[in-house]
Amino acid sequence: MLKSIFIIFLFQLIGESVQKYFELTIPGPVIGLILLLISFILLKNSKNIFVNKAKNEIVSTATHISNYLSLLFVPIGVGVVMHLSYLEKNYIEVLGVIFFSTILTIGFTALVMEAINNRFKKNDRKK
Amino acid sequence: MIEKNKLYNIWVYLQAEPLFWLTLTIGAFLIGDYFYKKSKLNPLVNPVAISILIVSGVLIGTDVSYERYFNGAKFIHFMLGPATVALAIPIYKQIHLIKKESGSIFISLVLGSLFAIFSTYFFAKLMNLDLEIIYSMMPRSVTAPIAMGISELIGGVPSLTAIITIITGIVGASFGTFALDVLRVKDMTARGFAFGLASHGIGTARAMSKNKTAGVFAALALGLSGIATSILIPLLFKLINF
Repeated sequence: MLKSIFIIFLFQLIGESVQKYFELTIPGPVIGLILLLISFILLKNSKNIFVNKAKNEIVSTATHISNYLSLLFVPIGVGVVMHLSYLEKNYIEVLGVIFFSTILTIGFTALVMEAINNRFKKNDRKK
Repeated sequence: MIEKNKLYNIWVYLQAEPLFWLTLTIGAFLIGDYFYKKSKLNPLVNPVAISILIVSGVLIGTDVSYERYFNGAKFIHFMLGPATVALAIPIYKQIHLIKKESGSIFISLVLGSLFAIFSTYFFAKLMNLDLEIIYSMMPRSVTAPIAMGISELIGGVPSLTAIITIITGIVGASFGTFALDVLRVKDMTARGFAFGLASHGIGTARAMSKNKTAGVFAALALGLSGIATSILIPLLFKLINF
């Protein structure tokens, strides 16, 4: 457990450093995600016992954390409620824009992706 | 009367310490999660929204400032970073499916991100909102730290963007399912991807709780759309006079 937490923290630390050094707009944790993913792909067929042990540990810790992903948004979400006055008189318009644009984006994106996937599947069958 | 005084003193002590606010946050979340599971994962019974309302209610009722609350709750907030890094694992586990659909992922990523940006701009213009608010809204579909960075870059207000981004996440997580059901989208990879793209981490959390494949594609879209949007918006601002 401790080893996997150390490695995950370390990847975030590297990610944050890369972000600061190259002045990127992508946040450190996302860079850490990419680097961890690349490491797993590169170490896919590793026969080293230590590497495989660490990998198994990270997998189990990561699964635990992702089960509670929702909880982690509560503190910042409370801040939204406490600072709603920032939206001032415009809040109905702003909420309206968010509502319609978000729902349409979800619908549009899913339809595009499903349409392309179905097309690929049809081509596969023809072959 | 002495007893009451004693209780008050304990409260004064506790509310200044992180322990109370951490316990409250986790407790509120357990209540929210209980109702979410009890409702058979009904998207409208969003556990994040319920916990936020409970905690906010306590803060308003006890007249405690958000800054004091956050001083305790920041330990939970801190875990968002490591949790984002840890999303590499579910993505890695589905890497074969991602490779297979890489073409559709790329096209959906670009078109979906553009749709999110332009539909926000279009509706906000329609509502006659100030340019500063419109700029603060444009990056709202990506994860808060990226959205705030972009907002600052194009002349928005980062703190406003943070609020708008979180609301976007909750709206997507709560109402996205209905949109997809109405449109009869059955492909779990497409459903998840749309959630992550349009409503970042909160949408991803919802997708993960509902379906494993959808959750992975949501996590993938969360990362990819963050990268795509931070390239697309500055580029669009160079090309178009918004």
